[in-house]
Amino acid sequence: MIIEHIDTQLPGTVTDRHAFRGDQTIVVAKDSFLPLVDLLYREGFQLLVDITAVDWPEREQRFDVVYHWLNLASQERLRVKVPVADGEAMLSLTGRFKTADWFEREVFDMFGVRFEGHPNLKRLLTWDDFPGHPLRKDFPLDGGDAFCMEGCTAPYNNGERG
Amino acid sequence: MILDSIALSRQQLDGDKMIVNMGPSHPTTHGTLRIVLELEGETITKSTPEMGYLHRGVEKLGESLSYQQFIPLTDRLNYCSSIMNNVGYTTAVEKLLGIEIPKRAQQIRVLMSELARLADHAVCVGVNAVDIGAFTAFLYIWKQRETVYDLFEMATGQRLHTSFTRIGGLFRDLPEGFVPALEQFLPECEAAINELEKLLTHNPIWYDRTKGIGAISAEDAVNWGYTGPCLRAAGVPQDLRKAQPYLGYETYEFDVPVGTTGDVYDRYLVRVEEMRQSLRIIRQVLDRLEPGPVCVDDPKITLPSKEKVYTRMESLIHHFKLVMHGMEMPVGEVYSATEAANGELGFYLVSDGGKNPYRIRVRPPCLPIFSSFHDQVKGFMIADAVAVLGAMNVIAGELDR
Repeated sequence: MIIEHIDTQLPGTVTDRHAFRGDQTIVVAKDSFLPLVDLLYREGFQLLVDITAVDWPEREQRFDVVYHWLNLASQERLRVKVPVADGEAMLSLTGRFKTADWFEREVFDMFGVRFEGHPNLKRLLTWDDFPGHPLRKDFPLDGGDAFCMEGCTAPYNNGERG
Repeated sequence: MILDSIALSRQQLDGDKMIVNMGPSHPTTHGTLRIVLELEGETITKSTPEMGYLHRGVEKLGESLSYQQFIPLTDRLNYCSSIMNNVGYTTAVEKLLGIEIPKRAQQIRVLMSELARLADHAVCVGVNAVDIGAFTAFLYIWKQRETVYDLFEMATGQRLHTSFTRIGGLFRDLPEGFVPALEQFLPECEAAINELEKLLTHNPIWYDRTKGIGAISAEDAVNWGYTGPCLRAAGVPQDLRKAQPYLGYETYEFDVPVGTTGDVYDRYLVRVEEMRQSLRIIRQVLDRLEPGPVCVDDPKITLPSKEKVYTRMESLIHHFKLVMHGMEMPVGEVYSATEAANGELGFYLVSDGGKNPYRIRVRPPCLPIFSSFHDQVKGFMIADAVAVLGAMNVIAGELDR
């Protein structure tokens, strides 16, 4: 329902869509993200349930930043995915949703996706000089050299296991 | 991060400010989390929560485990009500597979979830009370929690790390003697809740310590991403069991208690009423519990019984295929949310069709709630911070994953 509304209000915004097992998903480009969020907010999608990301290393735009919204009045859920390239900054939602603060910090910590306009973009779960971003697919499962703090600047020991 | 904030405020020190470090190991943080409080006299001017002390990389680990193998890791999220995490996770995988589990399995999942909710709320209310100084109330309700854990042990073999569910159903049916033990427990628990209420609800000290502390408006609570009892205490009647029913919750009669101010007192009242409603649901489950299978009858999902594996070629092959190659998963992504004890527990699964999930995301209910901590305690006293932290029911295992 909301997707038809987006199509009429903001034509051309949705670049891809699918519905799998009843979950509505739309993919939008970064440039049209903020107008879309405005529209969603006005339409009652005011509970930002979750922000996370998925790493697709073989893709040109490597990360999908994934947002889950819930409309409390109609109980409708919507998933919005925004593809961003490695090193490209995503737009922060902290101005509108206070809950975005920590979720965005977590995505930054785990994936290294920066958020433009975030007031305090620091690591949330790991420590400040933690090398690398754990949930990237090229980060080794055993943590690599992450616990060797001294002089460690590479993501992990150049791929070598000690 | 914390060092920065300390260094910065040292420059601003005018002799009246003081910095108090709460945690990471402090009796009232209930898990390892750290809060740096800046005080003026005894009033909190700034609080900086720091987390991650219990970060195990559950989501990263999940990418290298098969769907079935991830279940024991969900136990360790909210370890006060691990069965609800088991149920939430397996419900998500079942949504991805597009299967429905047998009726008895659904009923037993509801039964165990409500017992877990009861235990979780008992921990939260009891511990909140003991932090504020009401030791007797804590002991009354703690005894009931012990009985719930005994019941869990009877059914699953474990008190805390239950791993009770399997994809497509349950690990096993309820053992003999479970239902009579549960029936004996129900009136005892109801009496204990009444006693707890007698000790706290109209107690002037409890009232003074909790009323108006950590109050939050409905709009703010939604904006902060609150779910569960904390959101309901703020006046939003959002309960996924009613709003987006799963496991047949729509067929049970129960009420959703809603508060008005969202303060610690309202959260306490909401939780106590939810404990009563859980007892109500458990009674309804017991009334309609009928014998039947507890797992889907599909050799591509459920492991065959050991007896068949040893005697039948076909079952042996199914067993081998399931263990070595895993289930045949469709390609796609699902988000499945269940109403856990402290809010919406969501699992976001991305499948590329392989044996292991491509990405597994746990949406912890207490992370958004805890992120509002500074807003909640600013201008209050340290003792109030303890009360607010207790009422938020922050479980570090789930917060840090």
